Amino acid sequence: MAHSYTPGLKVLNYLKVKKYRILPIAGEVCKKKGELVQANEIVAKTNLPGNVHMVKVANILNISPSDIYDVLKVKEGDDISSGDIIAENSGLFGLFKSDVRAPITGTIESISDVTGQIIMRDQPIPVEIDAYVGGVVEEILDNEGIIVKSDAAYIQGIFGIGGESRGDLKIMVEDRKEELSSDSLNNSLEGKIIVGGSFVTLETYKKALELKISGIIVGGFNYFDLEEILGYKLGVAITGTEDLATSLILTEGYGKINMSEGTFNLLKQHEDKFVSINGATQIRAGVIRPEIVIPLNNKEIPADKGLENKKLGMHEGSLVRVIRAPFFGHIGIVHSLPSALQKMESETMVRVAEVKIDNKLYIIPRSNLEMLETD
Amino acid sequence: MILKTILATDCGSTTTKAILIENIKGEYRLTHRGEAPTTVEAPFEDVTKGVLNAVMEVEELSGRKIIENDQILTSSNENIGVDIFISTSSAGGGLQMMVAGVVKTMSGESAERAALGAGSIVMDIIASNDGRLAHQKIKRIRDLRPDMILISGGIDGGTVSHVVELAEILAAANPKPRLGQNYKLPVIYAGNNKAQDEIRKTLGSMVDLDIVENIRPVLEKENLEPSRDKIHDLFMEHVMQQAPGYKKLMSWTDAPIMPTPGAVGSLIEMIAEKEKITVVGVDIGGATTDIFSVFQGKFNRTVSANLGMSYSICNVLAESGLDNVLRWVPFDIDQKGLTNRIGNKMIRPTTVPQSLEELFIEQAIAREALRLSFKQHKEFAVGLKGIQKERTISDAFDQSSSGETLVNMMDLDLLVGSGGVLSHAPRREQSAKMLIDSFMPEGITQLAVDSIFMMPQLGVLAGVEKKEFGEESRKAALEVFHKDCLIRLGTCISPVGKSKEGDHLLSIEITKSNDELEKVDLFKNDLIRIEVPYKPIKVIIRPSKNMDVGAGVGQEISTKLYGGVVGLILDGRDRPIDIPSDPKKRLEALKKWSDAINEYPQ
Repeated sequence: MAHSYTPGLKVLNYLKVKKYRILPIAGEVCKKKGELVQANEIVAKTNLPGNVHMVKVANILNISPSDIYDVLKVKEGDDISSGDIIAENSGLFGLFKSDVRAPITGTIESISDVTGQIIMRDQPIPVEIDAYVGGVVEEILDNEGIIVKSDAAYIQGIFGIGGESRGDLKIMVEDRKEELSSDSLNNSLEGKIIVGGSFVTLETYKKALELKISGIIVGGFNYFDLEEILGYKLGVAITGTEDLATSLILTEGYGKINMSEGTFNLLKQHEDKFVSINGATQIRAGVIRPEIVIPLNNKEIPADKGLENKKLGMHEGSLVRVIRAPFFGHIGIVHSLPSALQKMESETMVRVAEVKIDNKLYIIPRSNLEMLETD
Repeated sequence: MILKTILATDCGSTTTKAILIENIKGEYRLTHRGEAPTTVEAPFEDVTKGVLNAVMEVEELSGRKIIENDQILTSSNENIGVDIFISTSSAGGGLQMMVAGVVKTMSGESAERAALGAGSIVMDIIASNDGRLAHQKIKRIRDLRPDMILISGGIDGGTVSHVVELAEILAAANPKPRLGQNYKLPVIYAGNNKAQDEIRKTLGSMVDLDIVENIRPVLEKENLEPSRDKIHDLFMEHVMQQAPGYKKLMSWTDAPIMPTPGAVGSLIEMIAEKEKITVVGVDIGGATTDIFSVFQGKFNRTVSANLGMSYSICNVLAESGLDNVLRWVPFDIDQKGLTNRIGNKMIRPTTVPQSLEELFIEQAIAREALRLSFKQHKEFAVGLKGIQKERTISDAFDQSSSGETLVNMMDLDLLVGSGGVLSHAPRREQSAKMLIDSFMPEGITQLAVDSIFMMPQLGVLAGVEKKEFGEESRKAALEVFHKDCLIRLGTCISPVGKSKEGDHLLSIEITKSNDELEKVDLFKNDLIRIEVPYKPIKVIIRPSKNMDVGAGVGQEISTKLYGGVVGLILDGRDRPIDIPSDPKKRLEALKKWSDAINEYPQ
């Protein structure tokens, strides 16, 4: 049976999820191997070096840079408080003295007699990392962080904005084809992760922001509305650092597109669970897609652990989604994978698949198909 | 030494491509090619696996045994091994650099030119006068984590303090390299020679410092070579050493591995020099568009880091504006629908246009990506800034200053396009039309596309320095470039001058191969295609009294031109091309121009 390797998004009712929780620089790990952790628990902490400030002492005191040591009241490594005198000239016969005061509280990092400036550093900035998902500490990475392992249901979206977020999962629509309505949102949803169907409008998203809803999972959103949320036109799909109270994960793409049945059903199955989501997306080499992690307890882990033993890649009978016009968003089953190149209406010569959509066969370029990895 | 077989690979971010060049009856020709996914990332994490897979495809197609015990056999006989093996690489995001200069438009720009010329992506230019506060610069350096930093500033013997101040900022940032934690960040100092000791004192213990000749020893001179060479050396010594499998790959090759765009640049530079022509080359990819040019003997390269056809397609839309894209789309389309379609291409970058409408949209965006990238290139490819010019009384009314663009479209001899949207367009007429619409050549310009993007491999082949086969490698690179790499589209003839609707712009007399004479007249806003193959043909071009095709206003040109797979294209449209704003007239004009060269199926 012919098959081809095709990218696809994961929609799995079981996956052993491993998350690296790493500090930006070396620090202290607060957990032990084998320990159970909750998503919100701090697992490692450190202090980032403070911001650097430069003060041009020679310029201020109108002296030659090489004379800087004659006027300094501090040396490298000294602690300083904002307002402390750090340099002072002797003035004229002891009169008309002028001085330079520290603009910050911190330490003197270096002094240069070439440029006549002092570099000082703010106080350290404390940084803490939490577990992000509930699970077990599988490994300690000395002074760096931990690897947390979680048995979970796992869904990848196609695009997202906003970083990590957590909350109870709440399904807001009856049907996966339904649009998420603004009227259905209220104060009781604060801190929750809500699931819509095919589409969310800009107005509804804005209301979710006001209500401090932690996240929205939905089929589609309009590309041109992103500008109003982000404050800039999104040119490349690299997201995750936006400071948004409500992370947004699109499971299908831009426009109004029904959420796939597998995704919707899996989310529905886990309604009211505490889930972790991350809108961070990076579409470059080493692609990162947004994700929804739903930790499972031992009883919930399915006997059939799914994808691990299944054949990867597209083959006859595979469930696929068309990801480009003219059949964008349609879901079908691969009928055959002819090996010869075929000419499309655009005259592009491509490898194709014959796909059955609503009981009709269509010829579609294989690169315009996405596998729906379900188990 | 005559080379019988040459194997060259290019390890891209996603695909590794291998080509086999053979000497057939005294002529170097491309004989086979193969490709395989690049294997830099997990689970393989060894670039040589992808190289071997691509070479294996070449092996199967050619019947020549090239691999033994997972090694390339580099001593050849009848049917075994190859004479030399070379490679380029842009895997893992290529070479990413940050440059620093005292004055942004002087030493900063020279440093940027050196870094770009060496094939790197310039992530940012830090300059004393860039308007940012010290702590903002420090944060930026820390956040970006470049592979390498190039610092320049000051003329030799000039003021020391400014460039040392830059070094102090760098020291305060204490930058770490992007790949690998176990080595110090390579930093090249190419500034005022009087400041070298202070630079060593400030940075020496913190980074891996190399000092080379000043990039701008005097205001009037730019000295890029030492910095460019040092960047290549450090790329091999440090950056490549950190990338998985490269140590092994480096031990296989007969010449240093070059960054892909650096190799393309050196090929274009060599061709311009050998053939004494001016060249513009463009490579439009998924994320970036590279433009190379040689005008007045000066080579320039720019990377438009966020103008591409998939990963950064939405940025093309954002930078050019929806209206500028829409003006090229030959059918009515709902604007919201269009933006969602383009957005979906960005988040699913590997899709291809199935319908004709999708192809129209893709090629409309390509025109804008190319236009914007070329605009950036023209702004960058300039003479040195900050130089005092001697002026005569006749210059009194001339407002030109130092730092004018070197790009003169009337002087351009050859325009080469490459990258998926140009090389793989379903019809070559589409490639030709996209190049003309976006670069807007003036006068007489030859057009070509790189058939399978083998310029990187040919570039590194042309740069082989080993004594025994250096000269022959260059010969092979040039022969294959002309015979197999380039697909000659034809020649574009565009008269320039003031004209109005209905004006006669030029007439052309063509002596065809059977000595038959063909005379064609070009009128304002017409586009005419004359089918002639890639052979020299005698032509006489007689521009009308206000028009210029290169010899001066109203001056006749009698010359030999080359046709190609498209032929001669006479372009009577304005520069810049004037597309009617009225929707009905716009569609009519687009259809007329498209039909004239048989661009799309009816």
